[in-house]
Amino acid sequence: MTRKVVTLIALVAVAGLFLVLLRLGTPNELGTVSRHYVERGIAENRAANLVTSVVVNYRGLDTLGEVTVLFLSVTGAAFVLRRRERKPVDARASRASEIVQTGARLLVAPIMLFGVYIFVHGHLTPGGGFQGGAVVASGVLLLLLADRERELPHGLMAWLESLSGFAFIVAGLAGLWVAGSFLANRGVLPLGEWNRLLSAGIIPVIYTLIGLKVGSELAALLDVMMRGEAVAAGHGAARSGGGRRGGRTRGGKNRKKGGRR
Amino acid sequence: MNAGTLYLGAGFALVLTGLACALLRRNLLRMVLGFSIVDTGVHLIIASIGTLTGRTAPIIDDPALLSDATTLAVDATAVVDPIPQALVLTAIVIGVGVTALMLTYIVRLHDRAGTLDVRELRDLKW
Repeated sequence: MTRKVVTLIALVAVAGLFLVLLRLGTPNELGTVSRHYVERGIAENRAANLVTSVVVNYRGLDTLGEVTVLFLSVTGAAFVLRRRERKPVDARASRASEIVQTGARLLVAPIMLFGVYIFVHGHLTPGGGFQGGAVVASGVLLLLLADRERELPHGLMAWLESLSGFAFIVAGLAGLWVAGSFLANRGVLPLGEWNRLLSAGIIPVIYTLIGLKVGSELAALLDVMMRGEAVAAGHGAARSGGGRRGGRTRGGKNRKKGGRR
Repeated sequence: MNAGTLYLGAGFALVLTGLACALLRRNLLRMVLGFSIVDTGVHLIIASIGTLTGRTAPIIDDPALLSDATTLAVDATAVVDPIPQALVLTAIVIGVGVTALMLTYIVRLHDRAGTLDVRELRDLKW
């Protein structure tokens, strides 16, 4: 009962916030900061996509923090799902049908290429490192869906992930060295001509690094979760004979815990 | 009613749906789903605040959007606000990370307790 009342109060409060925002109305002019970013963005960064200009240059430090948060959450997920033994799953269940396997072989290369295209063109078209990285990771997901037992090149992925993170910091420090502020764009690389692939100075370099980092991180996350799921399914199969609480009695630690209760 | 108000309303509708889902459901997976829907609604709200009716996306790929071709100054009345879009970009990535972490905790919790029902997970209650 209290639960429903509390929920109702929370919902009414959020709806009230909506009415307040509606009363205030949405702005019909750019704010001071946005106006500077829009008016001077091309002159200062030569990046046709102003959102990229904001994300990678003006608010580059935020993006570094964002990449760090993603890294920490992936590390946390891998740590939480870490298992000592890896039970082999049922071979019949781990391999998808012939159609999915052939389709995956056919589609993985174009999907990866499309992801790379998105993050290389992040300063010209909608998209960027995060979006391109997500597309690359979706290609890896397709591989894993086609064959659960597939071993991803973990060494390569770890190296790609750490090297691109390290290079991001180095690019930021280069800005500090040349232009006097962390992640500065002017002066590190030639800005080039507006609306060309080789333009916008260091922005496409950083976005490519972010794309590689996000792609390898999300792929590692998918791998960890798929494997965790496979192991959990194995547990479920082992447990199904022993009733719902059977899982509690296996393993010394769990039994001790159960005894104390 | 302009497009911005419509997006704002849709965003709040999503937030309300997700909040109700997160508060009323007892299955942990459904609660995470609720949080995810709230996340989407908040993204829509932030994006709607930057929407200005009749303007184009902040991607300057056409010289017509420049107010001065020699200094490369852009016409500030032609494009929408890029900052909310950049913030939403950040928020989406953080949301993915948080959702992934929540789901892995649930996997572990299910391994240990054998249930997804919050009413049966009383270890930290007193």
